Parts: sequence; C-alpha cells; structure tokens
Amino acid sequence: MKNLSRLFANTNAAGWLALTAIVLLMGWIEIAAPSGFDFADLSGGVITMDTMVRIAILTVVLVGLNLVMGYAGQVSLGHAAFYGIGAYVSAIFTARGHSLFGVSQSVMASWQWPWFVMFAGMAFSTTLAYVIGKPILRLRGHYLAMATLGLGIMVYILFRENMGVQGDHITGSYDGVSGIPRLRVGEFEIWPISRYYFFAWLVALGVMALGMNLINSRTGRALRAVHGSEVAAQAMGVDVAAYKARVFALGAALASLGGSMYAHFQAAVSPSPFSFGGSLELVVMSSVGGLASIWGAPFGVTIILFLKEFLRSRLRVLLSGASGEHEIIFYGLLLIVIMIFLPEGIVIGAMKRWKAWQARGRKETALSEGGKA
Amino acid sequence: MKLSATENRWKSLRMPAIALALIAVILYLGAQKNFGPVQYAQFIADGLRGGAIYAMIAMGFVIVYNVTGVINFAQGAFVMLGAMLAVTFHEMEMPFSPALRLIVSVILSIAATTLIGVLVERLTIHPARFSSPLTLIIITVGVFITIQGLALLVWGPDAHIFPSFTTLEMADKVFRVNGVVIKAQGFWIWGITAIVLIWLAFFFEKTLLGKAMRACAVNQRAARLVGIRFDRMSLLAFAMASALGAISGIIIAPLLRPSFDIGLNLGLKGFVAAIIGGLVNPVGAVLGGLMLGLLENISAGVTKAGMRDIYAYSLLILTLLFRPQGLLGAKKTAVETGGESRA
Amino acid sequence: MLEIRNISTYYGHVQALKNVSLEVCEGEIVSIIGANGAGKSTLLNSISAVVPPRSGQIFFNGAEITRLSVEAVVGMGICQVPERRQVFSELTVYDNLLLGAYLRLSGGGSRAEAQKDMENIFELFPILRERSKQPAGTLSGGEQQMLAIGRGMMARPKILLLDEPSLGLAPLLVREIFRALHQLRGQGMTIMLVEQDARAALGLADRAYVMETGRIELSGSSESLMSNEKVKQAYLGRLDRHPKRKGAGR
Repeated sequence: MKNLSRLFANTNAAGWLALTAIVLLMGWIEIAAPSGFDFADLSGGVITMDTMVRIAILTVVLVGLNLVMGYAGQVSLGHAAFYGIGAYVSAIFTARGHSLFGVSQSVMASWQWPWFVMFAGMAFSTTLAYVIGKPILRLRGHYLAMATLGLGIMVYILFRENMGVQGDHITGSYDGVSGIPRLRVGEFEIWPISRYYFFAWLVALGVMALGMNLINSRTGRALRAVHGSEVAAQAMGVDVAAYKARVFALGAALASLGGSMYAHFQAAVSPSPFSFGGSLELVVMSSVGGLASIWGAPFGVTIILFLKEFLRSRLRVLLSGASGEHEIIFYGLLLIVIMIFLPEGIVIGAMKRWKAWQARGRKETALSEGGKA
Repeated sequence: MKLSATENRWKSLRMPAIALALIAVILYLGAQKNFGPVQYAQFIADGLRGGAIYAMIAMGFVIVYNVTGVINFAQGAFVMLGAMLAVTFHEMEMPFSPALRLIVSVILSIAATTLIGVLVERLTIHPARFSSPLTLIIITVGVFITIQGLALLVWGPDAHIFPSFTTLEMADKVFRVNGVVIKAQGFWIWGITAIVLIWLAFFFEKTLLGKAMRACAVNQRAARLVGIRFDRMSLLAFAMASALGAISGIIIAPLLRPSFDIGLNLGLKGFVAAIIGGLVNPVGAVLGGLMLGLLENISAGVTKAGMRDIYAYSLLILTLLFRPQGLLGAKKTAVETGGESRA
Repeated sequence: MLEIRNISTYYGHVQALKNVSLEVCEGEIVSIIGANGAGKSTLLNSISAVVPPRSGQIFFNGAEITRLSVEAVVGMGICQVPERRQVFSELTVYDNLLLGAYLRLSGGGSRAEAQKDMENIFELFPILRERSKQPAGTLSGGEQQMLAIGRGMMARPKILLLDEPSLGLAPLLVREIFRALHQLRGQGMTIMLVEQDARAALGLADRAYVMETGRIELSGSSESLMSNEKVKQAYLGRLDRHPKRKGAGR
C-alpha cells in the first residue's frame, strides 16, 4: 500500500496512469459505441480516432526529439529524415521487397516480416544517427543543427528523386509507395482503425514510460548534468559527447519507429511529410510542449495538430484568396514568442508557475500564522 | 596524440591525396560523357558564378556570428527579400529611364531589407540575448519561416522576373569565350562581389567602427570595458548581414526567377560555404563559397543535374565530420568548449 | 574621489561582496589585497558596472554611478584594466591602443589627440612601439600587460582600476610594471590596484584594504599594514599558506 501511495505521489507516474485511463476510456467509447455514438460525435467532429492515432504516432517521435533537444541540448532540424527513413524502409520492403530485392513471396507474406523490417529500419536509423552524430556532437550546438538540416533535406531529395536513379521504382518519386500491408500478429490483424488505435497508444505510452524511466536512471542523471553544465559534467568524468551521441541515436530510433507505424497506418507514403516543413513542425511541437519534458511530447503534438486544424478552417475565411501553407507564419511567430517568453515550453513553464504559486501560498500562510503585528 | 615523423608526413599528404582522388573520379565520370576541356571550363565558370553568390551570403553569416555569436538562420530570408522587394519596386510606376528605374529599385530594396534586418535584431535577438544557443537558433528559425510565410502571403507562390543588368530586359547578353558561354550577369556578379569584399576588408581593417566590431568578436568583455556597446555592434552586424543578403539576392535575381521560397536553399548553401571557410572572417567565406560553387557544379555536371543539392549538403556533412574548423579556422574554435557563454 | 558605501554584490544566489565600503582620494594609489576568491575582482567589476551591486552606492566625484551602464562608467573616467590582460589578440598593438580611446573617438574626439596619447604610452612602454604592427596575441605576458595598461590609459581616465596586473608574470616584469605605475601616479593618475601579490602591492600603494570572503577586514596605510602581525603571517610570509586561520585573534 505504501508503494502505491508513493507511486501516486510521483506526479509523473500519476499522470501516466491518468493518460492510460483516458486512452482506454476513449477507445472503449469508440468500440462499444454506447447509445450508438462515437467520440467524433461527442467532440463535434474535431477529435476522431484518426487524430488520436496520429497523436500517438507523433508522440513516439517527439519523445525522442525532446530528449535530444532538451537533454542533449542540440537542435535537430532534420528529424523528419529519420521519421521518413522508418516510413520508407517499412514501405519499400513490405510492399516492394519482392520486386526490388527478390525477397521470397513466402517471407513477404509472413506476419513477422513487417516487424522485422520495422526493427531493421530502426537499427539503420540509429546507426546512421550515431555515426554522424558522434563526431559532430563534439562541436558547438549550431553545427549539429545545420548538419541535421542538411541531412534532412538530402534524405527528402533522395526520396523525391528515387534515390538518384532514373524511374520511380524504388521510392516512387512524388507519388511515393502504396500498397503497404497492415501489421499482423499471427492471424490477428491490427486493423480496423480501432485496433490500430490501441496498438499505437500501447507503443506511445510504453515509449513515454521508457523516457521517464530513462530520465530517472543513472543515464538520465548524467544527461541532466550535461544539460545543466557541460563543463561540470565533463569534470565529473561524464563523457559528454558520447552521451549526446547516444541520445541522438535514441531520438533517431524512436523517430524511425514512428515512421514505420505511420507507414502501416496510412498504407502509403509520399515524400512531403518528410521535407524541411515536416522537420520544422516537429521542432515547433517540441518547443511548444517543452524541450526537456516527456510530457511535452503529447501536449506539443496535440496543441499543434489542433492549431493546424483550426488555422486551416479559419484562415480560409479570414484571408480569402490565401492558398498554401500559411500556417507556417503562425509556426514562426509561435516559435519566436515561446522561445523569448517561455523557452522551457508550455508544460515545464506551466509546472514552474504552478509550483511558484503554491510556494507563494505556503509562504503567505506561514507569514500570517507566524508573523508579528 | 603525438605522431611520429612518418605519420606526420602521411597526414600532410592526406589533403592533396584526397584532392587528386576527387579530380580523378571527376575526370573519369566526365570521360564517360565525353566531356572535353570546354565542358569543364563551362562548369568552372558557372560554378564560380554560383560560388560568388554563396560567398556573399556566407559573409553575412560570418559577420553576425563573429560579432554576436548567433547563427542567423534567417539569413536566407534576407536574400529572398532582396530579390522580391527589388521586383516589386521595379514594377512600380516611376518616371525614370529603365536604367535609372533598375538602380532605384535596387537601392530601395537594399534599404528596405536592411530595415527589416534591424527590426529582426531589435525585436527578436536583442530580447533573447542571454538565452542559450539552442533557444537562439530556434528563434532565428522562427524568424525565417515567419518571413517566408509573410512573403507567400504578399507575393503568392509564383515566380517573378527581374531584368538583367546589362540589357535591362529578360534576355541577357551572352559572351562566348572559346566555346564557353558566359552570361553578362555573371560579370556583374563577380564584379559586385569583388567590390563588396574589398569594401568589407577596408571597413574592418581601417575604420574605427570596423575595428570595434572585430574587438567585440575577439573579446566581448574587454570590448565593453573600453566603452564599446555590444547592442550597437549586434545591430550593426545584423544590418550588414541583411544588406549583404539583399545584394546577393538582387544580383542573382535576373538568373533565378525569384519566388518566396528561394531563401531556404540559398541560405543553407551560404551557411555551408561559411562552414567550409571556417566561420572566421569574410575571406574564408569567399573561399568557401567559391569552393562550394565549383564542387557542386562540377559534380552535378558529371553525374545528374538534380543531384546538385545532395553534393552540396554532403560536402557540409563531410566537412563537419572531418574538418569542422573549415579552411581557415583554428581547431579550437570549432570544438565544443562546453558552457562557454558570450554574455 | 571614489567612494563606495556598503555595497553587496551577488552572482545569482552567491554573495560575493558583503557590505563593502572604501574610498580612494585623488592622486592616491590604493591597493586591495587578499587571497583568491576574496571578492577583489568582483569589487572592480561592481565599480565598472559589469556586475552591478544589488545594494549600496558608489559615488565618483560626488555623483552616484551605481546604476550606470558599463560604457557610461568608462565615460565618467573610470577605466578598468581587466584580469589576465584581455587584449584583443587578433588585432594589432596599434589597434588595441586605438580602441582604448574608442569612446572619445566615437564621440567626436580627434584622431590627432589620440595619436599624441599613443606617443606618450610608447614613451612609457618602449617595447610596444617596436611591436605596434604585431597582433597582440603574439606578445609575451608582460608585454600584454603593458599593452592592457596602455589601452586603459588611452581613455584618459581620471582613475585607473587594475585587476591583478602581476598575475602570471615574472618578478622582474612585475617590478617594471609597478615602476611604470609609480610613474603614472607621478603624472597625476589615481590608481586602484587589486593584487594577490601583497608585498609588491604594499610596496607601491599609499593605502591598502585587506579583503577576505567578501568583506573588508583591515585597512590602513601601507607601512602600518606591512608591520601588522596578522598581515605579515597571512600575506607576507609564506604566500602559499591559506590566510584564513581560526583563533588568530579575530
């Protein structure tokens, strides 16, 4: 019993359990559809199962990015590249594995194959990130920012230009790859969408728990030491560059995982979500939610996704004749404002103000109780 | 790590060896396509032209970075603004001859872009001057996309046109030298870049203000103790960077069909050039720019034209992996010193 | 001339100066001695407004300067020669000196006057004339210290604040530099000198203050301090001994 109460005293764990409960509740509403309605009706069409799945997938990606930006203190301006690598690897090998690489039909048809490909993609992304990150993370912050930016654009161009080869048989150029099979475990297919919802959130919640665990572990303490003062951390024997490289690799792994989940969700991939705009959106989500916070991931994703929807529907009314992705103006302004006034992001900023408010309340009661006339 | 004499000798051979290997590969690939000296000369000419533009954009990066320690991600936006504003001013009704109209629109564009650069510095950089480098990068990214988004709003997604400086029309005068085609605009680009570079050299070497900026770059604290105001230097640096960006956008506008989104690519290539040069001084920026322009153009020429950007960014990553201090930088300037703040 | 009343300066939560008061009269050489971390540099930085004090006041020739900006303090005629020289290593000796007069020159001062001042500094430190075209980073420690002092002088200050000029220099050089400072005083300069080398400092200064952990512990004329038992044991004896001794009569 004592352990349980201590568990609840820990706000992180409490929050995680609360989120799990909410996810389960919402899932149940969709499936059971009591009185014949689903969540979409309940929220006026704003929150659909589709949205919730996307939030889960992006949360997986964002946890990784938050660890990189918040704890390694490095900007990854090309994170969508790893997201895209995961997506395209899954797409190509599960949809075109036979025609391109001669993978036998029986292997392609097995239920294990997509999972194997997913993990292979993660392994590739992780290795790529580590190999590039280790030497560059020794350098000052902006070097990684620009390296990841360049990498991101390169990967995007490769997707768009069919890896530099004539034709479109590898990555499908602008049209991308379609016909991606759904994930299965044995005979159980993770589809329709309500099943995918639970799968996606299972992964997302698991990744969040992993992240929170990591931060409280020895590695996490080392990371926080690095985040606080690199010189001090180095003096204490922490190999700063190695830790940063590992965090960067982890961020890439999670992004790749998210990408694979995305591929199997959409059943088709195209280059556009993985452009610089895609990386930018990830950075905005991370900055808004909170760089050094695991909770910042779901919050940031949710806020930005809803903002995007809101802007798309309202902007068309406001600026008649406006076309294209004008939300980037708001992204830009949002980034500037948040970074100047609330650089730790909304989650940590809110927590700080909450704690300060509480502390002030305690001080006031102490003064009024113990103070002389 | 102490190296023996023989190891040292191998190490000093590394750079020339790589260069030779690269040239061999290029010549091999070119032979596949039956390239002769004329084609190579053409690649070199075009590469140097692009390189000059990258050089000037890089100079803007270098100045801001050296004086303020900020990597100005928004530099590309100034390039785009220079080109687009020049187009807009040029399309306005003016009671001038075509030549004068061109000159006036150029001057107005530079002035307007510089003003925007100053506003950016005062509104976004100055309030955040004590923030972490990460925060500052994100802020300048935010500035970049805000400006690009507003540009989309104002000018729409279409490409515009700007007349060449020589003919004052769309079609440019073309020179043929031994079979190599050189557009007249190329000479404008080289000429203006050279003039700007000479002027910058004079400014930083001979004028008090230039020396004060250099002092700020070298040792901010001592500069303050001498009475140099950091916020003024920061403002000046951004003003210069935006002016340089605008000029580069303007001189390439006739060749490029400017639109709202040219800033990302050009800005990034400018940054690559700055890194190759070493982020130390404008000379490095020029060397880096020319080298980038040459390598990117020749590589794309002997393989596939659409791969040009990939070569440029590969060069960036290779430089960061193997020689982060660039051509002119000292090793210690690039390597993480951890916790060093410029406040 | 310079009056410091009860200033307390903090670095974040750490209090580096605790109610420090002192004064410097015109034409004097006053020295602040004490061990590492005693707060001596912080004192100078508080005067120069690099780290402004949180409480207390600083007066210069009657005017309060506590909340002025760094360049305003320089403009009032208070010039700091910072710790470890801090020359502009990539600029030439000539440029370093020229920038010393930056405030005057950018405010409309005449170049010719600045050149004349530079001549005087070359008289004081002839080696600088030899090296005037070299980058300051190529100079030796002692030469850089001379350059830093010269740079400070170029602002035509009314008072010169020196932060540990002897740091990292051989005793012979220290004597040469202190001789130059003596000469400057002879020309009417007021000097406030923060030093770890107590012997050299007391040899040069008229009066001195002894600082420990952010407070002024002792003050008096140089002679009286040199014969003070506590000072002798703590600072003039074995200079590597930690000066804080419990029960030493505090």
